[in-house]
Amino acid sequence: MRSFLINRFAQSLVLLLIVSVIGFVVLNLIPGGPLAQFGLDASMTQDDLNRLAEQLGLNRPLWLQYLDWAWRLLRGDWGHSFRDGAPVLEVIGRHLMATLLLMGSSTVIAIAIGTWIGVRGAIKRYSVFDYMATVGAMVALSIPTFWFGLIGIYVFSLRLGWLPAGNMYTIGDESVLNYLHHLILPSVVLALVHVAIWSRYMRTATLDVINQEFIKTARAKGLSERRILMKHVIGNALLPMITLLGMQLPSVLTGALVTETVFTWPGMGRLFLDSLGYSDYPVVMGLLMFSAILVVVSNLAADIVVAIIDPRIRLS
Amino acid sequence: MTKESRTQSNISRRDALRLMAAGGIACFAAPNLIGKPDIARAADKKPAGRVVVGLSQEPTVFNPLMAHIETDDAVHFSLFDALFRMDPGGVLQPNLALEVPTQKNGGISADGLNWRVRLRDDVRWHDGQPFTAEDVKFTLELITNPKFRAWRTGGHSLVRDLTVVSPTEITWRMEQVFAPYLSFLTETFIVPKHLLEKEADPNAAAFNQAPVGTGAFKWSQRVAGDHLELAANPDYFGDGPYVEQVIFKYIPDQTVLYTQFKSGDIDLTDQAYITPDHYDEAIKLPGRVVSLVPGASVESFYLNLERPQFKELAVRQALYAAMDRKAIIDALYFGVVTTTETFMPKESYYFNPNLPAQEFNLDAARKLLDDAGWVPGSDGIREKNGVKLAFNNSTTSGNNLREQVQQFLQQTFAEIGVQMTISNLPAAVMFGEFWLKSQFDTAISGVTHLIAADPDATNRLASSAIAAKGGKGSNVGQYSNPEVDALLKKGAQTFDQEARREIYYRIQEIVRQDLPFLPLFAATYVVGTKEGLEGWEPNTNTRTASWHAAGWRWKS
Repeated sequence: MRSFLINRFAQSLVLLLIVSVIGFVVLNLIPGGPLAQFGLDASMTQDDLNRLAEQLGLNRPLWLQYLDWAWRLLRGDWGHSFRDGAPVLEVIGRHLMATLLLMGSSTVIAIAIGTWIGVRGAIKRYSVFDYMATVGAMVALSIPTFWFGLIGIYVFSLRLGWLPAGNMYTIGDESVLNYLHHLILPSVVLALVHVAIWSRYMRTATLDVINQEFIKTARAKGLSERRILMKHVIGNALLPMITLLGMQLPSVLTGALVTETVFTWPGMGRLFLDSLGYSDYPVVMGLLMFSAILVVVSNLAADIVVAIIDPRIRLS
Repeated sequence: MTKESRTQSNISRRDALRLMAAGGIACFAAPNLIGKPDIARAADKKPAGRVVVGLSQEPTVFNPLMAHIETDDAVHFSLFDALFRMDPGGVLQPNLALEVPTQKNGGISADGLNWRVRLRDDVRWHDGQPFTAEDVKFTLELITNPKFRAWRTGGHSLVRDLTVVSPTEITWRMEQVFAPYLSFLTETFIVPKHLLEKEADPNAAAFNQAPVGTGAFKWSQRVAGDHLELAANPDYFGDGPYVEQVIFKYIPDQTVLYTQFKSGDIDLTDQAYITPDHYDEAIKLPGRVVSLVPGASVESFYLNLERPQFKELAVRQALYAAMDRKAIIDALYFGVVTTTETFMPKESYYFNPNLPAQEFNLDAARKLLDDAGWVPGSDGIREKNGVKLAFNNSTTSGNNLREQVQQFLQQTFAEIGVQMTISNLPAAVMFGEFWLKSQFDTAISGVTHLIAADPDATNRLASSAIAAKGGKGSNVGQYSNPEVDALLKKGAQTFDQEARREIYYRIQEIVRQDLPFLPLFAATYVVGTKEGLEGWEPNTNTRTASWHAAGWRWKS
């Protein structure tokens, strides 16, 4: 276990180094740059732009900019946003909660419904329900989320007036119910796709388990079908889902670009798009490193959790 | 109708459980979940209600002197005051100053070099400290502090010998005569010395995240990525404010901005406004008022005059004659925008209405090219001396309307033997060196030539302003005409309005003849307000529809 951890840790560091170098270089190679936002401003002369470039350290050689950035990062300084001047970690923190709320609730919905559909589809294989679930999953996966989102807004907000047309809460009313009211549409829209993915995986995993010897044994022992299903089938079928969850966890924190835009949700996805649009290098790099670290950590966590839960697996 | 917000002062256990079910573990960390009471509303107090302004870009720069973009202006105008303000009629009005200095009233010396500004004595910062001439001096010095990431330094860099004569009087000397400085000062918001002078790094000052101004509204709070709340300043020295709260809501997508205006979440659509293709639908919305507001920018077909194709006037005239502007305006922009022949906004005092009108005429265009010796080659594309009349055209990708204009022009140009290839870029790429250093052949863009509504267009039209040739402005078309250079210089040194008007009339005439760029239309913005919002007034001389929130009020 210890050598496994040391090994993975070393691997992760190398991975993060590579990600940071590639990210930094690619970001800086994109023409335009942070000063492009002033390109149409009649009053910003070339002198002003040159001055800003120098003040922001943009006129230094790229390798020097990278080393400066990496050295600061190693000492815990993630830099300051070019846009609002706030520390990068603070900028990320401000958007993290919104994303966590949206992605957290949609993931909970997706897992609950997806598991149910997947298991039911597997035990009633080739039934009408199973076919409908399969077709439904295909449809949900192939239709873009922004379309679902806009249709949802059109029907439930503009036509019926039941749900808000976006935003995280009504300004001035920060009650729990108000948050919930605003959460329904975006989290359901987002969950649709994830339900499709989860139900497909869950169905396959359940089918794998259902034909195993120990299920026959359980049945032979005279256990009730309900007990077999709840304890033996679902319990074992959920194991591979932990790995899937480990892979999906980073996206829970990095947000949903499209959904957050359609529903004016002030989350990480929005932040990423905006920061990219303004070439806010420190924030983009911060987000990149933040998600890279998340990917590494959650994959590792998933491996460990599986090993702990399933005694058949040994980490080495 | 005032939007009343519900007050919920605490969170019940059932609510908490519901949220936990929906949000999983997220709820423990969710922001602002504990409902808090509204700001107590005193019954006898005047300011009432709240105005929610929708912006499609997020304001992020709150120190008004730092480099910022248009969308930040909406906030600056509400929080701060400048020495003067430009009213919707283009007339300078005193703001923190008692009067606008002129050569006539002695505020500006006869030679234009010595300025004296007298200030109000009844102004206080939001933290209660008095505003004095020291703040003005500090502000003007901060802008030229080499460590400070200032916005424009033009004009400010000419200021010398700033002297505080008394708390209500300040004088300075200009290194050279520069008449536009008066207008520049309308966008130079005064910041408090007492809060900023002790900061070692003015770029990282706490003030920049929680600004303190003298304006009609005070900083309340910001939810990054979402909105920003300002509260009425009851001690404001000027008229107003009449609403209790102004909220700037960031709505990243223009279609969503419009949807939220329709659904009533937004009371006023500030920039980037309602798209012209929604105009017809918007004017029919019940309970909404939709206005067409002239903008200062002119949408033009920009030519890089250093490309061999465009050096000849006949080519530029032919391309101009081949632009069916009426069809573009009527079919693509739903008749919302209007044609223009100049860079000067129509609302400006300096707008020259006597310029020859462009006429769409393909035969005339062909004749111009024939006469100039541009003959069609084997592929049908005209050429002369080995130069093909073919070029790239770039605009911001993702802007549907502009992309349609491009395709339309591409077709008509083809009919006169001109090949235009479309090559678009995202805005963040296009307006970097590609634009500023004139790396394009042609480009379609909406450009404002004026700074703070002053007619001086030196940065766009002077030959000394070509960045691609080491100049310091943004004359991206690389236009160069000695007569225009001389006139621009003269205009910048003339204070008298009448005399200036003559100069800028002549400049517009020459530019119309030379056609360094081909005007497509003068921008008009579709601004939506909720019925009952009074006191909202557009102002072409500012970059925001929220330039005067102090005057907004809800009909009672």
